[in-house]
Amino acid sequence: MHLPALQVVIPLIAAALCALFRHYFLAWFITILASWLSFAIAILLLLQVMSRGVISYELGGWVAPIGIEYRIDLLNAFVLLIVSGVGAVIVPYAQKSISQSIEKSQQSWFYSMYLMALTGLLGVSITGDAFNIFVFLEISSLASYVMIAMGPDRRGLTAAYQYLIMGTVGATFIVIGIGLLWAMTGTLNLYDLAQKIPLIENSRPVLAALAFLTVGISLKLALFPLHLWLPNAYAYSPGVASAFLAGTATKVAIYLLLRFFFTVFGGVEFFQSTPLPEILFVLSLLAMFAASIVAVFQSNIKRMLAYSSVAQIGFITLGISYATEIGLTGAIAHMFNHAIMKAGLFLLIGAVMFRLGSVKIEDMAGIGRKMPFTMAGFVILGLSLLGAPGTVGFISKWYLALAALQEGQWWAVALIVAASLVTMLYIGRVVEVAYFREPTVKVDQLREVPSSMLLPSFLLVGAAVYFGLDTSLSV
Amino acid sequence: MSPYSIIIASLLIPTLGAVLIWLFGRQKNIRETVTIITSVLLFSNVVQILPAISNGERPELLVLNVAPGLEVAFQVEPLGMLFALIASFLWIINSIYSIGYMRGNREPRQTQFYVAFAVALSATMGIAFSGNLFTLFIFYEVLTLSTYPLVAHHGNAKARTGGRIYLIILLGTSILFFIPAILWTSSLAGTLDFTPGGILSGKADSITTGLLLALFAFGIGKAALMPFHKWLPNAMVAPTPVSALLHAVAVVKAGVFTILKVSIYIFGSEHLLATGASEWLVYLATFSVLAASIIALTKDNLKARLAYSTVSQLGYIVLGAAIATPLALIGAGMHILMHAFGKITLFFVAGAIHTATHKTEISQLNGIGRTMPFTMVAFFIGALSIIGLPPLGGAWSKMYIALGGMDGDYWFVLAALMLSSLLNIAYLMPIVIKAFFLPADSENNNTELAEINDKYDNSLRNRIAEAPWFCVIPLCFTALACFILFFAPNAVEQLLSGMLERPL
Repeated sequence: MHLPALQVVIPLIAAALCALFRHYFLAWFITILASWLSFAIAILLLLQVMSRGVISYELGGWVAPIGIEYRIDLLNAFVLLIVSGVGAVIVPYAQKSISQSIEKSQQSWFYSMYLMALTGLLGVSITGDAFNIFVFLEISSLASYVMIAMGPDRRGLTAAYQYLIMGTVGATFIVIGIGLLWAMTGTLNLYDLAQKIPLIENSRPVLAALAFLTVGISLKLALFPLHLWLPNAYAYSPGVASAFLAGTATKVAIYLLLRFFFTVFGGVEFFQSTPLPEILFVLSLLAMFAASIVAVFQSNIKRMLAYSSVAQIGFITLGISYATEIGLTGAIAHMFNHAIMKAGLFLLIGAVMFRLGSVKIEDMAGIGRKMPFTMAGFVILGLSLLGAPGTVGFISKWYLALAALQEGQWWAVALIVAASLVTMLYIGRVVEVAYFREPTVKVDQLREVPSSMLLPSFLLVGAAVYFGLDTSLSV
Repeated sequence: MSPYSIIIASLLIPTLGAVLIWLFGRQKNIRETVTIITSVLLFSNVVQILPAISNGERPELLVLNVAPGLEVAFQVEPLGMLFALIASFLWIINSIYSIGYMRGNREPRQTQFYVAFAVALSATMGIAFSGNLFTLFIFYEVLTLSTYPLVAHHGNAKARTGGRIYLIILLGTSILFFIPAILWTSSLAGTLDFTPGGILSGKADSITTGLLLALFAFGIGKAALMPFHKWLPNAMVAPTPVSALLHAVAVVKAGVFTILKVSIYIFGSEHLLATGASEWLVYLATFSVLAASIIALTKDNLKARLAYSTVSQLGYIVLGAAIATPLALIGAGMHILMHAFGKITLFFVAGAIHTATHKTEISQLNGIGRTMPFTMVAFFIGALSIIGLPPLGGAWSKMYIALGGMDGDYWFVLAALMLSSLLNIAYLMPIVIKAFFLPADSENNNTELAEINDKYDNSLRNRIAEAPWFCVIPLCFTALACFILFFAPNAVEQLLSGMLERPL
């Protein structure tokens, strides 16, 4: 079966088609077909991996390690599912939202860029080749810069530029790291590397490669304090792009971190012999607090959610820093859960933007009465974000706290809990404005958004509750 | 019906009721009929399971397995049975009262009010029947969230502040202390199931037990143990039926119920007695009982005084849980029942006075007993029950707790309870005395009466100007119930002693 190749090729071809036809509705139609096909393929791949184990696919028939190998195990099958799943959900939503915020003539470019980004992210997740990772990562990053720059706000341009600079620095670090590994081992295949590195793992170039890769990937995943590009990028891009990037881009970078730490560089023991766990641990805690506290003081709700993303990424890397089974379970679960929650939240805020034309918290007075479903969804996802039981947020935080307990770190449990409390503050602030202020004249005229925007959002809300109760998939 | 379908039905009936109430939001009469039918159905459903529990059965129901060690599961045992019975029964009465109060005061957003109420009751049933800490915690949070709109109901600045404090304290304590306590329990015992005799004996030494108990006692903010009691007086901005059923019965009792449940089924009373880990809580609860009573003395606003009285009375139940001797635990369980009927009567009266005269301060109540005799007699009876005088129900539970304290060699508890009863007299009886024996404040009265005259056309012509009958009948009924309960301690004790039995 050629499913692994199709997973990447379908969105790639679709992107080219969108650019070729340049008709807004046709482009959207192509996009939705490609996204849903990708999602279907990701599901099939996951089922195959679950029943038959690791899939190895040799691209073009060239045998690894000379040719490029696509290799899918449970972890990246899961990441493929997240990425394509978020994509499949947001495209139906995109049509209304995009046709309002972007000119007709430009819309096909947006879809084309979206598909390129999807291609890149799926490619990074599926490939087993280090240089291929770099190429796909750049495809997705370049496409994201364009998407951000297409935002309704002119500040989107500077945000995209900022992201471009930071992202390129990150990419350069990654390619230097990969280059060093290649120089030392003569191979780019991740699994081949995994066999050769343990023999030379304490040599200086290998450690340097690890350092370059860690910093480069950390930039991409917006690990505090390398997160500076993220708030503006999420805040000023079109709603659909924010939702897509928040749900997928950082998650794929986290996958890369896991892959390099635990597959390529010889697993848990080597990881713990380096100072990485401690560094990661401290930075994660800082992210959880600093970013959450900054989020409390934002007036733009999209910026608030963006800072919240930085904080939630801190939770994920905290789990990674423990490098225990429970810790990693928590991290991976939170990767999945945060993708659902944040994509959903950004979609709902996109809906507010669609009607209200503003995402200032102050302007949302009394909006809960005029857009009851949108805001109800926001409340549910917000609860999940702060870890209320019966939602996905609870499950991942439960595992993270258990992991901390296992290490005997009582105070870390206290910190996880305290960070959740800060989450309550910034979510609560929005809820209070939305429900308990008298609607302004402007808000009073609002109607609920069309169901093509509401249904995708509620699919994610539903998923946040469902996977909070049935954790067989994510844990 | 089998016990299992009864458990499920007691969650579903109020939920479906909430949906129907929402659907009939426009037709007021149908909406209120739905509320009352739902409450009657719920109570008659809950009652059906009582015989099985009295026979010593403990029906269990596993709904789903979320993750290893985290299950949504239900188990009915005597304490939860009692709590579910009280809450569902008083919901019927409170629904009738709500009709009089909400219409009499022309409250806004009445549909939202009834919907949130039904959801809150569903959560209460979930708490009462939950079979492990995780399940209990889910419903505990649902109860917080569903009652938040009720607290912030009026939507003005004061209601918003009250609602904010309500959320921050209740959610905050549960996140800061309750979740860590559950986590710790899970890692110590490997299970979260409520098990007769507890799950921690032999697994936690006395210091660990003491710390864990502190996390639970402060994490369960709904029990309003000082210093986390501030949300309760602030929640009094809500319409009075909310204060009556939720902040005298369902919500606060959910808190002390959880503390009792944890002390009996998680720590185990024998473990607590053996380690002496709960001794500090005895002192703190006693302090809470006395301090809240003293603050109540200083409040002129009737509902605020009743709120601090509730804080004080909840302290009795925590005290019983901390003493942990069998008699004290039974007394604590019984006090959930006795205090519920007494305090709901007092709140009903406060609401009736507000509906009839728009008075909220105690200093305005001179001579009101002459215009509202039924209401004020009911207040008198309810107050006597709270004070703990025979022949009213409140006498028994206080006696059991005092006897339990003597069993546990806490002699000062006896003195504290007597002092507290005196304080209760001091803050409740003056209201009755003013109402019946002081002349009505004439100057004030004239303008007030003129206002009332505008509102209720012929009320001046009758000397008696009671609130609507929808308000008066429920409060007379609950006052009567306080009296009837005086003759029921045996039945309650028999039911509750089942919770202390350990399987052989």
